[in-house]
Amino acid sequence: MAEERAMHSLSMAAPTVTSAQTGALVDTATKVRARDVNVFYGDKQALHDISIDIPDRAVTAFIGPSGCGKTTFLRCINRMNDLIPGCRVKGSIEIEGADAYGKTVDPVVLRARVGMVFQKPNPFPKSIYENVAYGPRIHAMAKSKAELDVIVEQSLRRAGLWDEVKDRLNQTGTGLSGGQQQRLVIARAVAVNPDIILMDEPCSALDPIATAKIEELIDELRANYTIIIVTHSMAQAARVSQKTAFFHMGRLVETGATEEIFTNPRDTRTQDYITGRFG
Amino acid sequence: MGEHTVKAYGEALAELSNAVARMGGIVEQQVADAISGVVRRDTSLAQAVVAKDIRADDAHRDIEKRATRILALRQPLANDLREVIAAFKAAGELERVGDLAKSVSKRTLVLNQSDPIQITRSIERMGRIAQELLKDVLDAYTQRDVAKALAVWHRDEELDAYYTSLFRELLTYMMEDARTITPCAHLLFVAKNIERIGDHCTNVAEIVHYLITGEEIGRDRPKSDESTTPES
Ligand SMILES: Nc1ncnc2c1ncn2[C@@H]1O[C@H](COP(=O)(O)OP(=O)(O)O)[C@@H](O)[C@H]1O
Ligand SMILES: [Mg+2]
Repeated sequence: MAEERAMHSLSMAAPTVTSAQTGALVDTATKVRARDVNVFYGDKQALHDISIDIPDRAVTAFIGPSGCGKTTFLRCINRMNDLIPGCRVKGSIEIEGADAYGKTVDPVVLRARVGMVFQKPNPFPKSIYENVAYGPRIHAMAKSKAELDVIVEQSLRRAGLWDEVKDRLNQTGTGLSGGQQQRLVIARAVAVNPDIILMDEPCSALDPIATAKIEELIDELRANYTIIIVTHSMAQAARVSQKTAFFHMGRLVETGATEEIFTNPRDTRTQDYITGRFG
Repeated sequence: MGEHTVKAYGEALAELSNAVARMGGIVEQQVADAISGVVRRDTSLAQAVVAKDIRADDAHRDIEKRATRILALRQPLANDLREVIAAFKAAGELERVGDLAKSVSKRTLVLNQSDPIQITRSIERMGRIAQELLKDVLDAYTQRDVAKALAVWHRDEELDAYYTSLFRELLTYMMEDARTITPCAHLLFVAKNIERIGDHCTNVAEIVHYLITGEEIGRDRPKSDESTTPES
């Protein structure tokens, strides 16, 4: 696996990439900087030359038709692709200027910094408390039960779930409603103090009310985290994100301020996709 | 650009655009009749313009309804969103143009009760320019022609200049012969109304520009109306 991965940092001889191509927002610091990322599943190339700057403390939306590589790119950021046999990642991904694929980087620590929320809520078949306490425990973040209690409460509060579950922390997480489960998963991600939260279609299994709650939560979380959300709802991308990136057939076609992308996209492929046309 | 995956959506957008073009035609006719009414002192034509203003109002309401329906059902984005916003706004401007044509005709009815004034020639000239601006901007809309829209936007100055000179001319008349004050005042309002029609054409030109390019035209078109009359 490790030998297969031919990841090399290009920060020394970085090709000139204009801010128009990467969609850099001038007023926010770049949290994640990807340059010329190419991903292969065996012989099949899933991503071609992806270069993008992800701004700190903002929500970036990834949109594009199914199979265009959004999930694959998300998985590059927290190195989940390491776990997929035959998957090779080339190019450079830096988080706060440090190579995410550097020799000294421990993927487990990296994944704590980069939390992930999936389409289907996936709480462990354990109590609500244990779901949130799991991460802090394995990362030895609490010295005592009292400290752990504080982390659990804070995390559930941040995920907007505390008031709904505070009286039944010992009940199983899988017994919650879909929307509550998804917020529990977010609490679990938040508990290990990540900088970045990746969300892969987090609302696609939820009803409109539960979706609205998650969207509101995302909006609150963005004050403290860098968030990337993959969504198939154009309206959701327009509502929750400040920056939008449109992927098409493994390529990054267009990135820009969300408002600009949804009112005045530059590329006809972007336009055709978000307006519901086939090119 | 490709077809909409949902065919009815594409059709609704096309119908909306057609409705604006149709409303443009109605308003164009109203302006043409209002101008010939005042120039030829044609009372029955002026009366017809006043009576027919309701058609423009109905067309306006129809466009608003169509646009609202598309917004509610389709949540349009990008060029589709601009299409709906443009139709909504353009219809509002055209409705105002229709109102101004009606105002011109109402003044005509009063003017026709006193002796003719020489100056109607200048009104005729202003009226012709206003009609050309309106025709061109409607063409720019239906043909999605940004150059034409920009031309209208720049040409409106011409109308402003005419209005300023006509204003001065009317002042001289009124000073020479106090009996002309009443008809001159009415004529002044007529001229002001025509000048305002030009302003609304400029607004439509800006809307067309936004519709096509997604960008606004620079905001600082020099305004050459120096008569400093309060808005009528
Ligand atoms: N584990 C995998 N093994 C092989 N091919 C994969 C794997 N995961 C994704 N792919 C392929 O990579 C491409 C991008 O997939 P994905 O990143 O899941 O797209 P998206 O999230 O935009 O729907 C698709 O063609 C998909 O079939
Ligand atoms: Mg996916």
